[in-house]
Parts: sequence; C-alpha cells; structure tokens
Amino acid sequence: MSTQTAPAPLGTPEKQITLPFSKAWEISIKSIKIRLGRSLITASGIMLGIAFFSSVRTVVLFPITQTGAAAEAARSRHSFLAIMALLVCFVGIMNSMLMSVTERFREIGTMKCLGALDQFIVTLFIIEAGIMGLFGSMFGWFLGWLIMVIPHLFGGGARDLNGAFFSGSMVQCVQSIAIGLLITLVACIPTARSAAKMPPAAALRSEI
Amino acid sequence: MAANEYVVRTKGLVKEFRMGEESVRALNGVDLDIKRGEYLSIMGPSGSGKSTLFNAIGGLDKPDSGSVFINDVDMAQLDARELAYLRCHTIGYIFQTFNLLPSMTALENVTLPTVFAGLTTDDGIERGIEVLNLVGLGHRLHHRPAQLSGGQQQRVAIARALANSPSIVLADEPTGNLDLKTGEEIIALLRELNKKEGVTIISATHDYKMVDVSDRVVWIRDGKIAKIEERADIELAVGAIKDETEL
Repeated sequence: MSTQTAPAPLGTPEKQITLPFSKAWEISIKSIKIRLGRSLITASGIMLGIAFFSSVRTVVLFPITQTGAAAEAARSRHSFLAIMALLVCFVGIMNSMLMSVTERFREIGTMKCLGALDQFIVTLFIIEAGIMGLFGSMFGWFLGWLIMVIPHLFGGGARDLNGAFFSGSMVQCVQSIAIGLLITLVACIPTARSAAKMPPAAALRSEI
Repeated sequence: MAANEYVVRTKGLVKEFRMGEESVRALNGVDLDIKRGEYLSIMGPSGSGKSTLFNAIGGLDKPDSGSVFINDVDMAQLDARELAYLRCHTIGYIFQTFNLLPSMTALENVTLPTVFAGLTTDDGIERGIEVLNLVGLGHRLHHRPAQLSGGQQQRVAIARALANSPSIVLADEPTGNLDLKTGEEIIALLRELNKKEGVTIISATHDYKMVDVSDRVVWIRDGKIAKIEERADIELAVGAIKDETEL
C-alpha cells in the first residue's frame, strides 16, 4: 500500500462528495441510540404537545350536547386550546433542537474536516428529528385520544364510538402526525443549517 | 519536480481576532513553504498563533489576508464543494481531543471519510481494517471511543486521517492529552507513517519530544515565524533546543 499518491485532482470536474441515504440513515439511528435518554426526552416533548392537541381535537368528535351560542363558545375554546398546544409543543421542540445541535458543534466540525458538505449535516439532523417527530406524534396522538375516550366510555358514552367516530379519529391521527412532523422539521432545519455553515475551526473550538 | 516540490505554501498570512475592543493579530504575515514528504513541526507557546496557522493551512478557517496554496491551488479560489473535496481527499486531520464520533465504533469512525469519498461499504471496510491494522489497532475494530484508552483513541484518529490516503496529515497538538509514554508512541507512529507511506506531516505542538523526529521545526512567536531549523541543525544543537525550552 502506498499513500504517496499523486496530488488529488483539484480543478477537475468530477469532485464528488457523497453521502448515500442508507448511510445517513444508519448514522442518524446510531446518534439517536447513543443519546437514547436525550432522544426520548425530546420525543416525549413532542408526544405531550401532540397528546394535548389530539385530546382537544378528539372531544370535537363526540356529539355536541350544547346548543346555539354555548356550542359556538365551546368550539372556539377548543380551537384556542389546540393552537396553544401546538405553540407550546413548538417552543419545546425548538429548545430541544437548539440543545442537541449546540452540544454537537464539535461533531459537526469533525465531520466537515472529514469532507462532509453542509448539506450532509442538515440531512443527518433532519433524519434524526424526523424519526423523533414521527414516533412522538404517533404516540402523542394515541395518548391524547385514549385520555378522552376512556373517561367517555366510563361515562356511558360507548354508543358514541361509532364508525363515524373512528374514521374521524383516523383523519385526526394523520393530521396530528403531519403537524407534529412539520413542527419538528421547522424547528430543526434552520438550527441545523446555521450550525452546518460555521467554519470547522469555530465548530471545533466550541467547549460544551 | 520543482513545481511539485512544495505541498503547502503560505504567503503573507494574516488573521485577526477581536477581543472586545482590541483586535489581536494571531498571524502577522506568515510565509512558509512545506516540502512534499517532510515531517514539519510548528512549535511555539500557547497563544503564539500556531493553531491559527494550523487552521489556515487545513482550510478550517479563512485568513483575513494572504493565501494558502495546497498542491499549487489557491485555497481561497475553492467553493464549498471543492473545499470539502480537499478536506476529504488531500488532508487528514488529527486533533488534541481526538474528536472521534462517540456513536460509532473504531471501524465506523475510520470508514466515515471513505463514505464521503464515494467508496462502497465493502471497499470502505476493507480500507478501514487496513489502516487500523497499520496503526496497531486491528484487534479493536468494534470498540466505541468510550471503551478505548486515550492513546488508542488517537490511533483511531490517525487511522481515520489516513483513510482516504491524503498527501498531508495535519496534527494539532496530537500528544496534548496523552501521558509521556503514550505521547512518545504516537509520535513514533506518525514518524513511521511519514517514512513508510511518504505522507507529509505537519504538526502544531509545544511538545518537545516532537523535535527529535522532525525534519524541520518552525518556531512561531507572536504570529510570526521566529526561525526555521533544519534537521541537521537540530541534531547539532540539541543543547540549544534545551535552552529554548526554558524560554
């Protein structure tokens, strides 16, 4: 083996740097696993936010007992609660993302030294955040749904759990996951992008 | 050969850092030509600018003025993709703090640069095992950094730096976090790789053990080159170096 190679062909067009998706996926999964505690906390932040959102939304599927102005008031209160739930969720996730990116400045700098493009760093964080967002939102929706359905059952409302209720629930399930994922990615991408843009020296200097 | 004799050349490098109101010149006009295949140590006390010079040569930070040429290519002319390509293929980095990725095993750490370089998984693993054997860690392929000693971690880092067969290995205080004996082993390993593989080694350090193995030693003081010593001078003047350590 000889490393006395000719100088790398600078100035030639085929200067490709690659990160196949399968590898990126593998690296992200490893990152989540090695920081399992932190990852679970982040995911449960998403989960609780979405659970709150989902519980408020599930109530809407039950038959309305109030009439007229009272029903109108209940509906607007539900919308308000749902929006609040999402806001709280967003701020919580933003905070987790800032933390998880900041504590990894040095890793980011190292990867860039090994030849990673800024885009690779962003891709890795998107995959990680996406996985946590997906599972957090899924469990969150189910938790919120259960919290509303179980008391309703014990309150003698088993009749309300009809086909329309379940199909409504499925729509909400998809909605919750989509919203949870969207919030996670909106929180993650700008943070990861600004970290990836740092000169490697600055990223490596950081002491966390 | 003449055009290719120097693997790294710097011209009038200046880098300033702002410290509140004041600005400090970490580099103040550094001209340095580094020959292909040599073992060069950049020595100087902390704060002398040697790490800043290291970062400028490695393309990890942009100088405020002046240029760095790697294989006669001006680094300032490269776009992000070309710079990443250069870091991936032409330069290997070794750090004081090892900087291995904690989530990956030794082999996975070493294979990562080969992934960026576009090698297939099999070829990457083959190459990873080859370089880990080269640094004497063939029996620790599947250990995580946390399960390795400092010296072993630095060996993994050296293997990683060599993974894409770079023409230059840049080492920033490679022995700074190691005890005396382990530090000596790492220095011996770097020297061996330099001799056997012909890779140019540029090391920023204030470890005087490094002087013994260097072909040339560049002394940096206050952001300027104070003097450059050749191997022959070093051997003649071991006493003088001892004096230097007292400074």
